Amino acid sequence: MSGVRYCDVSIGDELAPLALPLTRSFIVAAAIASRDYQDVHHDPELAREKGSKDIFMNILTTNGLIGRYVTDWAGPDAVIKKVAIRLGAPNYPGDTMTLTGTVTTKENGEVEVAVVGANGLGDHVTGTVVVALAASPPDGAA
Amino acid sequence: MSQQSTAQPSEAQPSAAQQAAPQAEFYDRLQTFVGQEIGALQRAPDDVNVAMIRHWCDAMGDANPVYLDEDAAAASAHGGLVAPPTMLQAWIMRPYGVDRMSGGPNPYRDLTEFVESAGFTSVVASNCEQTYDRYLRPGDRLTMRTVIDSVSNEKTTALGAGHFITTRQDYFDAVGERVGTMLFRILKFRPAHEQGAVEATPQPLRPRPSLTHDQLFWFEGLQQGKLAIQKCSRCGTLRHPPGPMCRECQSLEWTTVEAAGGGSIHSFVVVHYPQIPSLEYPNQVLLVDLDEGVRVVANSIDTTYDQLVIGARVELSVQRCDDELSLPFFKVVAG
Repeated sequence: MSGVRYCDVSIGDELAPLALPLTRSFIVAAAIASRDYQDVHHDPELAREKGSKDIFMNILTTNGLIGRYVTDWAGPDAVIKKVAIRLGAPNYPGDTMTLTGTVTTKENGEVEVAVVGANGLGDHVTGTVVVALAASPPDGAA
Repeated sequence: MSQQSTAQPSEAQPSAAQQAAPQAEFYDRLQTFVGQEIGALQRAPDDVNVAMIRHWCDAMGDANPVYLDEDAAAASAHGGLVAPPTMLQAWIMRPYGVDRMSGGPNPYRDLTEFVESAGFTSVVASNCEQTYDRYLRPGDRLTMRTVIDSVSNEKTTALGAGHFITTRQDYFDAVGERVGTMLFRILKFRPAHEQGAVEATPQPLRPRPSLTHDQLFWFEGLQQGKLAIQKCSRCGTLRHPPGPMCRECQSLEWTTVEAAGGGSIHSFVVVHYPQIPSLEYPNQVLLVDLDEGVRVVANSIDTTYDQLVIGARVELSVQRCDDELSLPFFKVVAG
């Protein structure tokens, strides 16, 4: 299977950037697929009434995209253990969010990837993902 | 996580020592909410299922075969189909058409109302942390329990003063084993502008002037929409910027007159860098000769760069920047 093996990963490795065009359809489809019916994620008029300039991406989608970004790199044998994010600038329609990632720690078959999702306003999200990678040595790394 | 620690009460700073007593009382009351469970144990309306996983993967553009391709999943480390771990929260979302705050006793609603009663009415989501004990598989039936995990002391943030409220949601499978946990943190803050947007990033406040005995009148006048000019009570000379003594006759006695609002550009500069987050750029800074004869420094408003000409007529517009600060602005006008 494709993906990366634990023994081949080094601290400082960078994941290939992923640029995601934030269409209105994408933001709405992902909100509904995550069963998030809050109006600010699909209804521009009600979003504006609440002080936002437009609809914006919901948090479940941000989590989903980060999970996808890391397993796109790590492969199907990877097991995500933890996703911790800090939220910043909203993802509005018409913008593009580019995800970048760097391996920051490596221990006991698991690595931590620091992920940033930047859009035209700044950082939409910064966070870390802990993921157990395939083919870790049988006796563990530690 | 490093951001996790920012809301721990142990490192919180009391924001106003002079209000220690009522603040302590407010804080003590806040802490009574910690550990309280929100509502009954919630049950997922559906088992973990392939249809919902497919909708999710389609929307996210997630092509990981372990979610939808049985053969590939069986051959993987997972040994069979699994749900995307970040989908955890999606299995038990509030159904469409059900009000968040409806229903029976709800400590979270009580906490929200209590915090809002102290003026912290705006909300912004700040952190979300999910930990997975195991991947979910089709057929798993989840339940979820929500507890108020922590409430911070008053914090000064870029958005304004507020309290971080963290809830913890624990997810369990059909035999009661925990499968995952989510910590979700929001900041309830006092809106600086009337634009308290959900999850939006409010504009930081303009820098605060350091108010002194000598110029307090000037800022107070602006709060009432008036640009005051200091006037010597003895010789009648107008002066600006504010000061304690008349430079003509050295009198310490003074009064004020209100500027009529007309003037002309004596000079100007357009600042591009460095950028201060609370100001707009390019930042047009004018030196305006008021018709009364004094000169003031102020930003322009509704003025394009090509309108900026030395000698151009300008008109005063006092603008409310936030609850505590109003400032004079000038707009170039014809003639």
